[in-house]
Amino acid sequence: MNTAAVTPPPDSRVNYLNANYGFRSWLLTTDHKRIALLYLMSITVMFFIGGAAATLMRLHLITPGGTLVQPATYNKLFTVHGIVMVFFFMIPSIPAVLGNFLVPMMIGAKDLAFPKLNLLSWYVYIVGAGFTLYAILAGGVDTGWTFYTPYSSTYANSQVIAAALGVFITGFSSILTGLNFIVTIHKMRAPGLTWFRMPLFLWAMYATSVIMVLGTPVIAITIVLVAFERLLHVGIFDPKLGGDPILFQHLFWFYSHPAVYIMVLPGMGVVSEVIAAFSRKRIFGYSMVAFSSIAIAVISFLVWGHHMFVTGQSIYAGLIFSVLSFLVAIPSAIKVFNWTATLHKGSISYQAPMLYALGFIGLFTMGGLTGLFLASLATDVHLNGTYFIVAHFHYIMVGGTVMAYMAGIHFWWPKITGRMYPDGWARFAALLIFVGFNLTFFPQFMLGYLGMPRRYATYPAEFQVLNVMSSAGASILGIAYLIPLVYLIWSMRYGKIAGPNPWNATGLEWKTASPPITENFEETPVVTEEAYDYVHMPPMPSSAELAGQEDLNV
Amino acid sequence: MSEVTQHHPRDLQHHFANMEQQNDSGIFGMWVFLVTEIMFFGGIFAAYAIYRSMYLPAFEFGSRLLDVQLGTVNTAVLIGSSLTMVLAVHAAQTGKRKALVFYLLLTMVLGGVFMGIKSYEYYHKWETFLVPGLRFAPEVALPSGVTVQNLQLFFCFYFFMTALHALHMIIGFGIMTVLLIMSWRGRFSPEYYAPIEVTGLYWHFVDIIWIFLFPLLYLIGGRYTT
Amino acid sequence: MSEHIVSVRSYLLVFFALLALTGLTVGVAYLDLGSMNTVIALVIAATKMLLVMLIFMHVKYSSRLTKLAILAAFFWLGLLLTFTLSDYFTRRWTPTPSDWGPSIAQPAPREK
Repeated sequence: MNTAAVTPPPDSRVNYLNANYGFRSWLLTTDHKRIALLYLMSITVMFFIGGAAATLMRLHLITPGGTLVQPATYNKLFTVHGIVMVFFFMIPSIPAVLGNFLVPMMIGAKDLAFPKLNLLSWYVYIVGAGFTLYAILAGGVDTGWTFYTPYSSTYANSQVIAAALGVFITGFSSILTGLNFIVTIHKMRAPGLTWFRMPLFLWAMYATSVIMVLGTPVIAITIVLVAFERLLHVGIFDPKLGGDPILFQHLFWFYSHPAVYIMVLPGMGVVSEVIAAFSRKRIFGYSMVAFSSIAIAVISFLVWGHHMFVTGQSIYAGLIFSVLSFLVAIPSAIKVFNWTATLHKGSISYQAPMLYALGFIGLFTMGGLTGLFLASLATDVHLNGTYFIVAHFHYIMVGGTVMAYMAGIHFWWPKITGRMYPDGWARFAALLIFVGFNLTFFPQFMLGYLGMPRRYATYPAEFQVLNVMSSAGASILGIAYLIPLVYLIWSMRYGKIAGPNPWNATGLEWKTASPPITENFEETPVVTEEAYDYVHMPPMPSSAELAGQEDLNV
Repeated sequence: MSEVTQHHPRDLQHHFANMEQQNDSGIFGMWVFLVTEIMFFGGIFAAYAIYRSMYLPAFEFGSRLLDVQLGTVNTAVLIGSSLTMVLAVHAAQTGKRKALVFYLLLTMVLGGVFMGIKSYEYYHKWETFLVPGLRFAPEVALPSGVTVQNLQLFFCFYFFMTALHALHMIIGFGIMTVLLIMSWRGRFSPEYYAPIEVTGLYWHFVDIIWIFLFPLLYLIGGRYTT
Repeated sequence: MSEHIVSVRSYLLVFFALLALTGLTVGVAYLDLGSMNTVIALVIAATKMLLVMLIFMHVKYSSRLTKLAILAAFFWLGLLLTFTLSDYFTRRWTPTPSDWGPSIAQPAPREK
């Protein structure tokens, strides 16, 4: 891509980070880059809260009798883990952090279409998180993150309404972010940036935003109905009063299934960028990958009934949902094939972002393949409600999305902070995460197949070995996640100064200074070439160069 | 492409290249928001559809306990407020400040009339013990096939859907108050009236919701036996 | 932004049409047309909605993108309704033991 010549900023290092100081300049900012960092800090806090719940659960499950916490407390732990991780970490993570930071830059714009709405979305997230934290501190919720009725609407004695309100409010944060991205991508692309010249990350953000906008309102209204029923003791979902609990499930999963694609599509976008950069090749089958993002967004809305095969849904509806669930695997598989084909005959480097991206491809594939067992009605009868499901979705969400998130954080860290992190430590952490993750969750496939139910505080003694393996893996994973926290914070002060394009990557975001100026670009770029023009780029710097680079590309 | 145009319009925000992009984005953004609102109300309409199919006699009976005359008047009032809103947009487009203020005010007045009638309807339901959860003990004889529970379910939907609609109207009042003040101060012109148009879209959407709520709540099963 | 300025006359025509359709829907409710009552009411409501959208909301003069967004919303709502209703309408298709009548032997009562 060609741009107007990038001149270094006139002053030494005036950028979006040091342009203004003080709390007000951050809390009242409308700069999408600062808002991305506000989100980064918030979701990191929520990640460790959700992780703390998981730690307690895995510690408790070391013994079959389970003596660490009471069963009622265990129920609250898995509920809090689910709610916090799904709504306050996974769904915002890549869109609100990397999306907010990168979408305007990749498009060649100065900001998103609605910067004030962007700030509002962060405040809405914080208020929602506040309600949820209150729910946790005031006694917890024990309904499961799925809030199934009539337990949640009638019988539960925990802080259901506070937690439900927290989720409801945070949903609007999601909606506003998605709205912003859709309008920005449609209306603010730089001259010459046609749809098919966009980086695939933008296609992924667009598809994710479409899901956010179409799906989130439905869970919002559903949660309000649950709160309504809980407060007034009417029978919307209570069978004793004429309601149908399955209706809740329909409305809940209409959003929550596409929600898992909100979680994974951005990860796929990151992986496309990282694979291209670290193979020095254009993504194989660019338009197929772009179309598959849209296909995933559409088909994801057609499969929600596969969560309800065994809860009382009509078997004919189940058949339809089963067939469609097999179909939704196809566009994801297309992406995996295309990434693999990109690697073929590429010039591959193995810095941390690439290790995470490769980990994503392997682990997401495993998670996706195990989903096929669950899409099939007969096997789902056996596997539903067991640890097989837990392992399946953790392979996709943690082995997939969290690894992609880490890949993205490490890939764009120099752009965001102007610093390089120590790649040796980063690679070590990546490998440790990979090992810890597999040790945690692979035994859970076996546990599920052998029949151990999920959400149970105790289990038969013959499952102990696998549970201990899983808990051992979890402790490795927990430590492994702390390592990046340490060296990334360290790098902000002591890391090597990074130039505008330490990876010699393509993309408009790499054409500006690191960190960028507040307006992103001195002049609006004009795009004349296709995406991933690695043919015309210099090779990836060697590890030595990356570690030692000072103002390499300025 | 250069950022500097001949004159920098005072209403052009810094991240947009020109007013056309800004206006386009604003209108499209409101439409995307309305898409979310369609799904938001759509969820409750879906729940309504399912329970109506399950408990049709109760829904028909409950529907006839609603005041169809007040409902009709309210529908006409809201349609009228849509007209005044679109005339407000027209006034802004043609640079008529006083007309803009007048029509905005009239829209709010008509909306207020709607809320007044609605409040009276709610009050009447309270007086006749038809408020689910809080005060539900119907004084009328229930025909066969209608239980107190199912009737309460109908009134759940009645109150929930109309209250949600009313909440959206109240938010609309808030926005229009701000616009009213800005219009009075001459803030809008044929070159810059996007906030008025965008608010108009929102208000029309609120009208459309009522256009569906009215027959679905007040006219279920027809009124022909009364 | 639709620079196209619609005439006041068009707006008034639509207004009176909306009032007339409201009167029609109320009037039809007083006729006994069985299940057609609901169908007619929904058709009238949809017509009113179209008038408001096309003329009051300027969709007639809007970009293809706007029209696509609106169609997408209704399509997705349709997905929610269709697939959910497909469950409710087909639940009775699978017989339950009580449907089979006395031709099958009832299982012996459980010892508890």
